[in-house]
Amino acid sequence: MSVFSQATQERFQTLLSHYPVKRSALVPMLLFAQDELGYLPPEAIREVGELVGASELAVREVIGYYSMLRLEPAGKYHVQVCTNISCMLRGGDDIYRHCKERLGIGHKEVAADGVFSLEEVECIGACSWAPALQVNYDFHQELTPEKVDEILRDYRKKAAAR
Amino acid sequence: MADNPTLVNITVNGQQLTAPAGTLLLEACRSAHVEVPSFCYYPGLSLQAACRMCLVEIEKMPKLQTACTVVITEGMVVRTDTEQVHRARKSAIEFILTNHPLDCPVCDAGGECELQDMTFKYGAAESRFTEPKRHREEQQWSPIVYFDRPRCILCYRCVRVCGEGMDVWALGVGNRGVAASIIPNHSDHLQCEECGMCIDICPVGALTSGPYRYKTRPWEMKHVGAICTFCGDGCKTTLGIRNDQIIRGDNRDKSGINGDFLCVKGRYAFDFTQNPERLKQPLVRVDGELRPTTWSFALETVAKRFQRIKSAQGGFGVIGSTRTLNEEDYQLQKFARRVLGTNNIDHHRTADFPALATALAARTNTPGTALPLANSSSLKTAKAILLVGNDPTNQHPLLAWNIRTAYRNHKTRLYVLNSGDIKLRRQAFRMAVIPAGGEAAAIRFLNGEADSVPAELTMVGGPDPKRWPQTPPSVPQKIAEGLQDFRARLRQEQDVIIVFGAEVRGEAVRELVAFGDTLPGNTRYIALADNANSRGAADMGLYPDLLPGYRPVADAGARAHFEQLWGGTIPAEPGLNLPQMLAAAAAGKLDALYIAGANPLRLHPSAAEGLRKAFVVVQDMFLTETARQADVVLPVLCSYEKNGTLTNTCGEVQAQKRGGMFEGAKSDLAIIHELAELMGCGFGPAAEDKIFGEIRANVKGYDLSLVQLLAGRSALAAPLNETVAHRDDPELIQPNNDTLFTAGTLGRYSTTLNSVMERRLQKESK
Ligand code: SF4
Ligand code: SF4
Ligand code: SF4
Ligand code: FES
Ligand code: FES
Repeated sequence: MSVFSQATQERFQTLLSHYPVKRSALVPMLLFAQDELGYLPPEAIREVGELVGASELAVREVIGYYSMLRLEPAGKYHVQVCTNISCMLRGGDDIYRHCKERLGIGHKEVAADGVFSLEEVECIGACSWAPALQVNYDFHQELTPEKVDEILRDYRKKAAAR
Repeated sequence: MADNPTLVNITVNGQQLTAPAGTLLLEACRSAHVEVPSFCYYPGLSLQAACRMCLVEIEKMPKLQTACTVVITEGMVVRTDTEQVHRARKSAIEFILTNHPLDCPVCDAGGECELQDMTFKYGAAESRFTEPKRHREEQQWSPIVYFDRPRCILCYRCVRVCGEGMDVWALGVGNRGVAASIIPNHSDHLQCEECGMCIDICPVGALTSGPYRYKTRPWEMKHVGAICTFCGDGCKTTLGIRNDQIIRGDNRDKSGINGDFLCVKGRYAFDFTQNPERLKQPLVRVDGELRPTTWSFALETVAKRFQRIKSAQGGFGVIGSTRTLNEEDYQLQKFARRVLGTNNIDHHRTADFPALATALAARTNTPGTALPLANSSSLKTAKAILLVGNDPTNQHPLLAWNIRTAYRNHKTRLYVLNSGDIKLRRQAFRMAVIPAGGEAAAIRFLNGEADSVPAELTMVGGPDPKRWPQTPPSVPQKIAEGLQDFRARLRQEQDVIIVFGAEVRGEAVRELVAFGDTLPGNTRYIALADNANSRGAADMGLYPDLLPGYRPVADAGARAHFEQLWGGTIPAEPGLNLPQMLAAAAAGKLDALYIAGANPLRLHPSAAEGLRKAFVVVQDMFLTETARQADVVLPVLCSYEKNGTLTNTCGEVQAQKRGGMFEGAKSDLAIIHELAELMGCGFGPAAEDKIFGEIRANVKGYDLSLVQLLAGRSALAAPLNETVAHRDDPELIQPNNDTLFTAGTLGRYSTTLNSVMERRLQKESK
């Protein structure tokens, strides 16, 4: 029994066919797996490992290497605040501090209600519009604390609406 | 590497140096005693270049280079001792120490730590890092493996030795950068072979062993190079002794036939020596109960009773051990034949050595011709290996390690013929899975001309139907094709080493040798027997029909030789074998049974009742089920507490050295000698070297170099040279089928072996 949806399984097969060595598909497969499940539980690790012919330990090594891959569930909205050089120069640290206060959680923590989680990240490629943060796959730039409040409010509404 | 590599000239610190092409600069320097410090480099494992300790200056190269990865080239000019190199080493250590606690005073590795030595030498103990060090609590990954993460310098030796060397792949690296850490395969614990290779290869005290941690300091122990008492491979294990007790086993000095290899038994199972159940006093049965007594009373009881039975011309039976030393085995059979006057002597057989000796008898060890026997290390460089039966990963861990090494470093082609899905299949060039018991038929097929594969080999539903996903009708066809291809490939191989387990016996051994004869080059053989001195017991003549060196009892010449040597007569008739003796005892036809270090009731439990009819003397360390039936139990020393020699399954003879001591017990040798003395047939002093001298002069193949043995090296005994007339008793061969965590009767008494979860899992799956 697979822990993945039919669509994801098919995606895996396509990915596997792209590379001469199966293992090469490991990272993209893990990303898709995480997108579907929110994180990488042991069953997912095992299944992906079997598909690429790698031991659980080898898959865990890869997950540990890439900070974007998670072994624990994140919040519904995963707030990733950049504090790398460009953002830092334009107040990224303040934005991060502000997020911590507003959400009441720290680095790699999940709020009790499960709506938000927070992570301090390295450059997300939005330097020209620093300071920036990313919520799941969406970008928010040229931030101020007020703007952050607005963004968080919007997401909270969205979460409540569902 | 080629047989005749071209030589390359380089200059190191102004000194001219020559080394074979392909040599790593670091090795070339070391061969000339030029020190190049290293942490991550480890001979035989893949290159890592992680620690940067080995940086050296090479002319015409702009930056310092890692000597552990640079291959020497003609004219290379190298400097290892410059200001720049010293600075590089110092800063490499400074980086390594970023989070290292330098808690040497409490660390197990203190005193034998490579990092401690280097820090001492290059003095980087003061650091420019002002950040607090990251601390992590120590973790226990198994009863054997502990991990102290802050001490880890991320050299990856443990990861590589477990993966590449052991083929277990139980250790990995989690996270990265400053957070990187070694992780075990089951998140918070290990499930593996528990060999401890990772622990001993760790250059620091990050991996430590449960049995040894916090017990002592390396300089407080005496270190004795002993031979492992468990399987038949004969690894050297360096015992750390304090107050006559064994505290540790390892082989960090890489001496012996095993280099740095040891399995869980050689490293940790020595703890049986301190098992509280160990017998400290002789026991004599009084009013139906075994009661403690003195040595003199016990020995006199035995001698008197033996004497009485002998005078009345009663029947004796003698069962020897497969863990006692050659000198003891030799004296035991001498005692049986010369003092008790019987050929009723046997041991627990786990390989058909006489059949191999018979099959090879014709070729003799003529000077100048290559021996038809292989030693353990020849596996490491073999071109091709044929393995029939057995599961070396479990039963011959060293030989399995050597085979994996050959596969890794020399692309050795391994042919596996087995009824099980053994782990060495992963190194196999060709694997043929046959039905259990099909080994003899398979060998006949290999040696035959017919293309058709006998139906008994292609039976569907062989050992593991999962391996045959095809629809049933095509399966026999596939198996047949597999075997045909197997044979065709194998026939093209040259200088093959043929390794075979207990599945191959009697006629099948001769057929296998006949097949080996058809292969080009020098075919060599290894017969696999279970215990530390199984081969020695066979060579020393613990057989009812064979004298030492496989010389038939029935052969008047052979008898005359030993009669003259021992001064007395040897019965001409071959005696009873082990099950026959048990049966005779039950039938009241044996008056006495003398069992020296064996536990026959383990495999023949129904014989317990019958034993009570005879006078039974048992020499053992523990009150085994056999000892419980005895009239007299004599506590003995174990192999680690004695001097003498042992012969491994390949025939490699090695000196055993006394490490521990045990109050209250005597060696089997001392007991045999005292009994002989009391019975008026003195054997002289129980001096191992004297007896080994007699063995050297009188047992075929044992005329070995004493210098070599005393220097701690091995010498291959090839007891060939004459026709062996031996009764084939294939059904007498009963392998233990031990796993990594069992060892016949002895394994029961090791707390460590029984504590690992892998052992519990094995028990549950049975
Ligand atoms: S004890 Fe042996 S098998 Fe287990 S992790 Fe260490 S090296 Fe690997
Ligand atoms: S645990 Fe030891 S052997 Fe393994 S990486 Fe760390 S320092 Fe090296
Ligand atoms: S391989 Fe055999 S001889 Fe070597 S340590 Fe293990 S049990 Fe002992
Ligand atoms: S530094 Fe923040 S997006 Fe690049
Ligand atoms: S020994 Fe060369 S980099 Fe570690």
